Amino acid sequence: MLSTLFAAADWVSPAVDYHAIAPEIIVAVGICVVLLADLFIADRSKWLLSTVAGFTLLGAFIPVLTLGLSDEGTRSLFDGRYVIDDFSIVLKGLFLLSAYVIVLLSTTHIEEGDYYQGEYWVLMLSSILGMLMMTSSRDLVSIFVALEFLSIPAYMLAAWRKRDAKSNEAGVKYFLLGVFASAVLLYGMSLLYGVANSTLLSDLASEISGDLTAIRVLAVVFLVVGFAFKVSAVPFHTWAPDTYEGAPTPVTAFLSVASKAAGFVALVTVLYVAVPGASDVWQPLIWVLAALTMTVGNVMALRQTNIVRMLAYSSIAQGGFILMPLAVAAEGNSSAAVLRSVVTYLIVYAATNLGMFGIILAVSRKTRSGEVASFGGLFSYAPGIGALATIFLASLAGIPPLGGWIGKFSAFQAVLEAGTTWGYVLAVIGAVNSVIAFGYYGNVMREMWMRPVPNGDTSAIATPAPIKLALGITGLATLALGILPGVALHFGDIAVFSSAFGG
Amino acid sequence: MDILRDHNWVLSVGTFLPLAGVLVMLFIPKVEEQLQKAVALITALATLGVGVYTLTLFNYDRAGEMQFVAQTNWISVIKSTYYIGLDGISLPLYILSMVITVLVMIYSWDHIPSPGNPKAFLMLMLVLQTGMAGTFISQDLILFFVFFELVLLPMYFMIGVWGGENRQYASLKFFLYTMFGSALMLVAFLALFFKTGAESFAIPYLVENGGAIAKNTQVWIFAGMFIGFAVKVPMFPFHTWLPDAHTQAPTQGSVILAAVLLKLGTYGFIRIAIPMLPDAAREWAPYIGLLAVIGIIYGALGCLAQTDMKRLIAFSSVAHMGFVMLGISTLTSFGMNAAVFGMVAHGLITGMLFFVAGSVKDRYHTLEIARLGGLLKQVPHLAWILGFCVMASLGLPGLAGFWGEFPAILSAYSPLSGLSEVTFRVYMVIAAMGTVLAAAYLLWLFQRIAFGEPKPEFGGSTSDAHGHHDYAGHDDAHHNDIHDVTVYEWVAWTPLLIAIVLFGVMPNLLFKLIDPAVAAIVTQIGG
Repeated sequence: MLSTLFAAADWVSPAVDYHAIAPEIIVAVGICVVLLADLFIADRSKWLLSTVAGFTLLGAFIPVLTLGLSDEGTRSLFDGRYVIDDFSIVLKGLFLLSAYVIVLLSTTHIEEGDYYQGEYWVLMLSSILGMLMMTSSRDLVSIFVALEFLSIPAYMLAAWRKRDAKSNEAGVKYFLLGVFASAVLLYGMSLLYGVANSTLLSDLASEISGDLTAIRVLAVVFLVVGFAFKVSAVPFHTWAPDTYEGAPTPVTAFLSVASKAAGFVALVTVLYVAVPGASDVWQPLIWVLAALTMTVGNVMALRQTNIVRMLAYSSIAQGGFILMPLAVAAEGNSSAAVLRSVVTYLIVYAATNLGMFGIILAVSRKTRSGEVASFGGLFSYAPGIGALATIFLASLAGIPPLGGWIGKFSAFQAVLEAGTTWGYVLAVIGAVNSVIAFGYYGNVMREMWMRPVPNGDTSAIATPAPIKLALGITGLATLALGILPGVALHFGDIAVFSSAFGG
Repeated sequence: MDILRDHNWVLSVGTFLPLAGVLVMLFIPKVEEQLQKAVALITALATLGVGVYTLTLFNYDRAGEMQFVAQTNWISVIKSTYYIGLDGISLPLYILSMVITVLVMIYSWDHIPSPGNPKAFLMLMLVLQTGMAGTFISQDLILFFVFFELVLLPMYFMIGVWGGENRQYASLKFFLYTMFGSALMLVAFLALFFKTGAESFAIPYLVENGGAIAKNTQVWIFAGMFIGFAVKVPMFPFHTWLPDAHTQAPTQGSVILAAVLLKLGTYGFIRIAIPMLPDAAREWAPYIGLLAVIGIIYGALGCLAQTDMKRLIAFSSVAHMGFVMLGISTLTSFGMNAAVFGMVAHGLITGMLFFVAGSVKDRYHTLEIARLGGLLKQVPHLAWILGFCVMASLGLPGLAGFWGEFPAILSAYSPLSGLSEVTFRVYMVIAAMGTVLAAAYLLWLFQRIAFGEPKPEFGGSTSDAHGHHDYAGHDDAHHNDIHDVTVYEWVAWTPLLIAIVLFGVMPNLLFKLIDPAVAAIVTQIGG
């Protein structure tokens, strides 16, 4: 009894590499600053908050750069439970930059929205902090904490327009299904802990291999299903369309890009680092999920008349393409190519999808409508926005030479590299789906280019400066990533785990 | 090899120069229409200038080898490089794309189709030019794929925005067909890449190593490529997008589509599918030949049933591309020579036919054959040009069309050893009957449109006697539009007309260029 107490008194804090966790610290400080400043500044100066949030994100990007450029290699903290390797650095950079674009997209919307601005930015930054933590977590507990950290503020953001029934529905639906998913995930994790007696992912890897007992199989299935909810894979996608439609548009952009990417990061981390030995279990499962997700997402998207809902289904379908290569991740030498394709896809998808949401924000300021038909004749009275929207849509459809194609291409490449029959079948399903997808992306293009302007209202669109900047960044990124695909692929290529069967 | 690598900047400049023009046009306000047109035309002319310079630098004694080769890093992670070069097969098509773009630009000077907006129209056309030229010089499959796809969107918008009444349906159909093909094609490219050891996407490398793949696998990979290229050609039964696209497209779009875009498919067969997968090519050849002759007959019969002039020309494209594919399917040097010549000839002649059809539509506001008539009386120059093109199209000796069609039929007499002679000789007979049908539908078209008296509704001789004053205004409106060939049209058309005669009289100009390059490919398949 006494000796335990003494032992506790002997406890010394582990050595912390502050450089390694500087991005997280900066964001945490930023959260406090916004929270405090919100209390003291006058209403008309609230715009300062978005500026602070934006600079926090850019500030946090600096240590990401220095970490990326340093020669020290992998930095492992807390007994390998929190690791800063190339994978986490690349994804931290992606999360911070996408978050910055989302801040740009939100600024005007939130200022004009007559709601509490300070809280919005605090929640947004908190969620991003969760994502940053997710990229480095290599332990079941820290993964779970990060996941909740990024999800809970997102539930609240979805219900941001609190006097709007749809927004409330969005929040509640997202919350209920999200919590359900967490429960499933947690159950799977507890089973894993039960068999491995450890929560460290690398410990699990040695335990989950060879002939798997039923309980191990069950644990892996629960894990995959839990993450399938987070990345809105069919048939666990039902929350996504309603949530996306009901949430404020910038929040939808946030959910469909950053939050979804975080789900994939967690999934990939667990599959690659913790349970590569159970690939016989999760590969077929993901194969089915990917095929279903692509197909159902696409077919449902074809029927939508609301553009945000259409993009919701489109983002489900895109998620299917990100999942696709994971279905063959353990075959032959394909694991490296698969990881590369997932990261590459996340990068180009972020640039393109955020851009498309920027377009929707800009156009809906004028039309006050979310219908696809409200885009009618856009090219004739706003050629700049029309051309940009065309670029984003074509990129989402995967048409060269725009960013999206390299994502699709690397996904196909990874699937075919495995060289299995199932891989080929999945590739053909993917190919057919990429054609179906053009049906709805092309439909929006057709509205913009070939249909008359509804109501004949051809007054110009006044785009606020932050949205213009966001459109500029994403448009340039979409073009550049398509013409010089080596850039995205390079980041995809270096983003490997420090310890995994693919690394 | 140094001789072949000298001046290797010309191809890149020739390909990407149009994009520079696009960039300039981006900053010119939309209302400055004349300036937009001028910049676009100057860009196209400058591009053609680079093309002509390429012609002067080209080493004709070594037309079988890749020249102006340039290779630099592009996407090193997936082992794809920016690798370009051109030989005797690429050169004529590369130049053709540039010539056609210039002529179309000239034609556009006073023919911007409704709803106007020359800025966007011409910018799309320049992007299209980059895609077309790039496809013909790519020596890397990924690069080829990017350029191949680059033409899709501009053409989609060209048809969809500036097209006829059914333009939205036609443009979407065009896009979905082509995209379906290219998606499977991409999967096939990747499969080929991995089956050759995942070393490189370079076309020469794959040509060298593709033959080692097991025959069964080759056949499957070929199937993917076949769908991709066959949709583009288009071969029966993938042709149904073509009549719609052609009929609905604005004149400029039809011309580019017929003259260059269709060749991307046949070029793909010759450059990629056949040399890389020789065993599969031998296996597939009889079926390709079969579809080709079905296309010839089906296209011809389709022509006979058309009531719309543009639709008729579109169906005649299906038939003509059937001859090209028949030549390719023999897998002989003779057949492929004919095919490449046929590609160029069809580009010149059918491009010209679409130009004429567009001008008829401008004047008469209809292309319904039954409503037209007596063009020789009303617009004699236009009618004679139409007659000339009709003769060229039906393969009259002395004009370019003959050298594409006749040798293609002849080549089917003795296909590559190993292919069934009987089968191909049957094809030959059927194809020969196709030429008779071609003469029938083309001459019938010319007879109905050009001969006889002009129709009353277009100010023909009978309308005045009745004195229908209600119709007078209507008639005048049409009548005022009816005038003979304008200066812009003469400038745009003369080069094509000259080329049709020139290549008809001196086919060796082209054959000399094509033959060594074709020979290099045929050796790959053991011919």
